[in-house]
Amino acid sequence: MGAIYILWLRELKRYVRSRVQVVASLAQPCLYLFAFGFGFGAVFRQAGRGSYLQFMAPGVVAMTVLFSAVFSGIAMLWDRQFGFLKETLVAPVSRLQIMIGRTLGGATVAIIQGTIVLCVCLLAGFRPQSWLALPGAFLFLFLIALVFAALGTALGSAIKDMQGFQIVMNFLVMPIYFLSGALFPLDNQKIGMRIANQIDPLSYGVDGLRGMLTNVWHFTPSTNLMVLTVVAGAFLLLGAYLFSKIEV
Amino acid sequence: MISVRNLVRRFGDFTAVKEISFDVAQGEIFAFLGPNGAGKSTTIKMLTTLLRPTSGAIQLDGMDPNVHQKEARQRFGIVFQDPSLDQEQTAWENMELHGVLYHVPRKVRATRIVFLLKTFELWDRKDSLVKTFSGGMKRRLEIARGLLHTPKILFLDEPTLGLDPQSRNQLWTHVKALNETEKTTVFLTTHYMDEAEKVAHRIAIMDHGAIVAQGTAAELKQQTSTDSLEAAFLALTGSSLRNESADAKAGLRQMAQMWRR
Ligand SMILES: Nc1ncnc2c1ncn2[C@@H]1O[C@H](COP(=O)(O)OP(=O)(O)O)[C@@H](O)[C@H]1O
Ligand SMILES: [Mg+2]
Repeated sequence: MGAIYILWLRELKRYVRSRVQVVASLAQPCLYLFAFGFGFGAVFRQAGRGSYLQFMAPGVVAMTVLFSAVFSGIAMLWDRQFGFLKETLVAPVSRLQIMIGRTLGGATVAIIQGTIVLCVCLLAGFRPQSWLALPGAFLFLFLIALVFAALGTALGSAIKDMQGFQIVMNFLVMPIYFLSGALFPLDNQKIGMRIANQIDPLSYGVDGLRGMLTNVWHFTPSTNLMVLTVVAGAFLLLGAYLFSKIEV
Repeated sequence: MISVRNLVRRFGDFTAVKEISFDVAQGEIFAFLGPNGAGKSTTIKMLTTLLRPTSGAIQLDGMDPNVHQKEARQRFGIVFQDPSLDQEQTAWENMELHGVLYHVPRKVRATRIVFLLKTFELWDRKDSLVKTFSGGMKRRLEIARGLLHTPKILFLDEPTLGLDPQSRNQLWTHVKALNETEKTTVFLTTHYMDEAEKVAHRIAIMDHGAIVAQGTAAELKQQTSTDSLEAAFLALTGSSLRNESADAKAGLRQMAQMWRR
């Protein structure tokens, strides 16, 4: 338990200390929020779908959590480069504990980032259907963070260099985001798009978050919960397996 | 304390460690002396559970480290050839994290960290981030950290690589003092002859994966009828050009790895 806690704490400390990174990582979702918000707002309203801000705010929050969670897992690359990973791998604790500590740390940081962006959305005029919906929204926030922190750990264990990092970001993380329905509604899409969307685990997180906050659902709440839980379990297993295979 | 029999490690069809055998007694300082690429780090990695031997037997404090991994890891401290500190945390936090990972009880942990940071002259920088430290300070912190859980054996893989002579001297003074006060067995590797001679009780000379001779510095000189360890080393391993050819080989291997990606 001590090992899990101290590695979790390390992730939080690193987050709090890297102020430049905090600002940079929050700037991106805010840019999306305002650029797309103003850009598409008018079109969206003309199409009779109401406020685009109400629609996209949950998507931007999910995006923040996605990027932050995956990124913290992949940050293992640096720990490998600077050698700190070895220090943990040769300690008399199981690799599973190390992996869990790191992953929970990454997930926690992602939740904090998501919460900050949610606050920005509120400042920008976003309003949840009811303040009582917030706990439910945070449950989905937590699940998204866990799913993608676990995926990040798995990727971080498998990738060995910056090129691999770039490839993953461009060909996995960005598609996960764009296909999730975070930026545009899912109904009335072509069949290919719908299938891609249903394969993408983030879709269920975005839908859960949006459903909770604005009461607009594409899937059902229980489907979302079930899919996210199963995927989180699968990614944690995959992460644990790949992490146990790391050689120094 | 350490007992190794016919240890072999192959990488593909290249044999990095060839049938080596040696014993290190409790409280002894034992040095592996050899040029780059001799197989010193590979041996240390096998002794410290980071690499599985191809064949051969290892006993650390009476147990096989690859079978009783956790128990063995609790019993040794290691300073790797390459740095392994968390640059973004302070000296104190690095120590604290290590103490928790090695199950050192809270009270003992605090007093021991204070003691070690003072011993290694890092006390006044305990709250500075490690990334602001000089090479010598980082090395000292790694050794202090490796000693935090009072290991029975301390492994040092080329601890003075890249340090200036003054830091090297200082580091060995500390290591010798700790070996005397805490009776820690020390296994070190180096490619500096003077260090091996000054610090180690016994020396094994390693070349091309094999141990070509072992004994005290005096014994090695006697065996080869030479009057310095340097001359003994040359007599045992042949030309000193070895060093460069081994480097070139390592360089080639790195190139090959880059192209394979
Ligand atoms: N993971 C590896 N794969 C292939 N060859 C390796 C690997 N690790 C070490 N070697 C080779 O084994 C030899 C011994 O290396 P090493 O133990 O690091 O030497 P030393 O520490 O004495 O400088 C070198 O020729 C090196 O290239
Ligand atoms: Mg080496």
